[in-house]
Amino acid sequence: MLYREAGQFKSSYAQDQQIFPIRQDRVAIWLLLGFAFVVVPLIGNQYWLGAMLTPFLIFALAALGLNILTGYAGQLSLGTAAFMAVGAFMTYNFVLRLPWLGIIPSMILGGLCAAAVGIVFGMPSLRIKGFYLAVATLACQFFVLWALQRFGWFSNYSTSGVITAQEIRILGYVFDTPAKKYLLTLTVVVVMALLAKNLMRSEIGRAFMAVRDMDVAASVIGIPMMKTKLLAFAISSFYCGVAGALHAFCYLGTVEPEAYSLDLSFRILFMVIIGGVGSILGSFLGAAFIQLFPIVLNLATSGVSHAFNVEISHAVVSNLEFIFFGGLIIFFLIVEPLGFARLWQITKEKLRLWPFPH
Amino acid sequence: MEFTFFIEVLAGGLLAGVMYSLVALGFVLIYKASGVFNFAQGAMVFFAALTFVSLVERGWNFWLALVVTLAVMVALGIATERIVLRPLVNQPPITLFMATIGLTFVLEGLSQLLWGSQPHGLELGIPDVPMEWLSQRWNINISQFDLFAAFVAGALVAVLAVFFQKTRIGRALRAVADDHQAALAVGIPLQHIWDIVAGVAAFVALVAGLLWGVRNGVQFALTFVALKALPVLLIGGFESIPGAILGGLIIGATEKLAEVYIGPYFGGGIESWFAYVVALLFLLVRPEGMFGEKHIDRV
Repeated sequence: MLYREAGQFKSSYAQDQQIFPIRQDRVAIWLLLGFAFVVVPLIGNQYWLGAMLTPFLIFALAALGLNILTGYAGQLSLGTAAFMAVGAFMTYNFVLRLPWLGIIPSMILGGLCAAAVGIVFGMPSLRIKGFYLAVATLACQFFVLWALQRFGWFSNYSTSGVITAQEIRILGYVFDTPAKKYLLTLTVVVVMALLAKNLMRSEIGRAFMAVRDMDVAASVIGIPMMKTKLLAFAISSFYCGVAGALHAFCYLGTVEPEAYSLDLSFRILFMVIIGGVGSILGSFLGAAFIQLFPIVLNLATSGVSHAFNVEISHAVVSNLEFIFFGGLIIFFLIVEPLGFARLWQITKEKLRLWPFPH
Repeated sequence: MEFTFFIEVLAGGLLAGVMYSLVALGFVLIYKASGVFNFAQGAMVFFAALTFVSLVERGWNFWLALVVTLAVMVALGIATERIVLRPLVNQPPITLFMATIGLTFVLEGLSQLLWGSQPHGLELGIPDVPMEWLSQRWNINISQFDLFAAFVAGALVAVLAVFFQKTRIGRALRAVADDHQAALAVGIPLQHIWDIVAGVAAFVALVAGLLWGVRNGVQFALTFVALKALPVLLIGGFESIPGAILGGLIIGATEKLAEVYIGPYFGGGIESWFAYVVALLFLLVRPEGMFGEKHIDRV
């Protein structure tokens, strides 16, 4: 009843092409942003801000990066965590070696380094596709972690290979509390999500989708295959690289290369599948789900162990987590291959007709 | 000395390659028959080995445990086909691939939930020691167990080849692999064929699980064996059994030789990615692998 566009007339192209064409959506997104920027830092405690919301935003950004590559351009990658690692370690090195740069340019440069690695390992995509390519991106995953561990330069010759992220200081202002780090992460993520949304609505995004749907047909209608595929890899790994830098600087503080194992790549792939392949919103929904799910499962198992008075060990819970994750992936692929984003879309369409569905 | 060392490394690599081939074989069988790239094969190997070793440790007879494990694995394979793959028929291959990644997680969780996560040792009665007469005469150390594993793999491939070429079911399997719809049209029951393939793949997973279990112990790291088999598949081609064997030999040999002769220049440990780089370079020349089918894209 409230959610419909009746009476909202568009009198210019700009109005017709805006991201949220319906006024209610625009109001909702401004309210959400206002809530996230103002209310959350005020009411959130250390745990929620530092251990839940910040990682959620960071993983959402990484999932967004993978979604650009897999969901929009159709190139499956299992090397997401490696790109994050490149972003994290190179940002650390830029801050360390070129301290006059400042943290934000360092993060951008770190992201660019990840993009360069992405282009190198995206080259095979010109020759091979499908799971041949997925296996090829595994090479990236293993090679990058090996290089980070083997060459001391990356971790500034620390004996354990662990790096400690430097203090975040922008124009003399120090981001030291979880709330401040949360706000920094939120700003970066919002800006990059907006950029991604617009990029995917532009010529580049349409070229990506044409390549995804059928690359031979796309090249026949004149889309340059090499440029498009490599650009997809570059943009995607740039996003993952920045996510990695935030992961090191705003979330963990100290990181080791092992933190970016294949498991993390799979986790981010799961976020994309569950959230929605080929959807910006889906990356956020998927990241939120994967972030919250273990906590819900923990609560549920502890509830069960209280109710039936049985001891459920930590190992059992973590194994259950494995099973549920895998089962959910299969379930979503079978029942709703487009994930939560599609469910949200269906809800919105229903809502527009409600309460008179005909 | 230098030459015997080279031979030793080469032989060790080739024999390790045979072990990779065993795992790769499971991938190839499923892929040939149903077009699904079953990422869960590594988890199946782990599940098989863990089930078997847990049964033996509970005092079961060796052969009884073997038969029961095989039955469980076949049931698991068929259940996978029914529950996961059948509802996804006609979906793009990449969707099926992601579904099998999900399946990997389910299997990994399930096996550890059932049998616990502590590592087990496994003995098949063949000691993993160098053969004496070889080391005495030519000073070459080659493990007895490696040779046994190679023999088992060879026998397995021979049996599979005969099965595929000479039997009625084998012909049906090849027909299905060639063209699902044509096979259906001449009256081959597709469902039974897929069940049989799932069973055969489960059997291969069991053999691979036992051999790898002896070599590395039955532990979670066994699932990573699948990751070793992937470059083998890239080189050999996804559709070819001889390709899996030859690819395994190439990967095993180059990996070990590179680790010994090139590794020191990089500070060692290049084994983790070298196979992938070899496979990638190979793909630049032949994108469908050595014996893979050439794909022709049509708009």
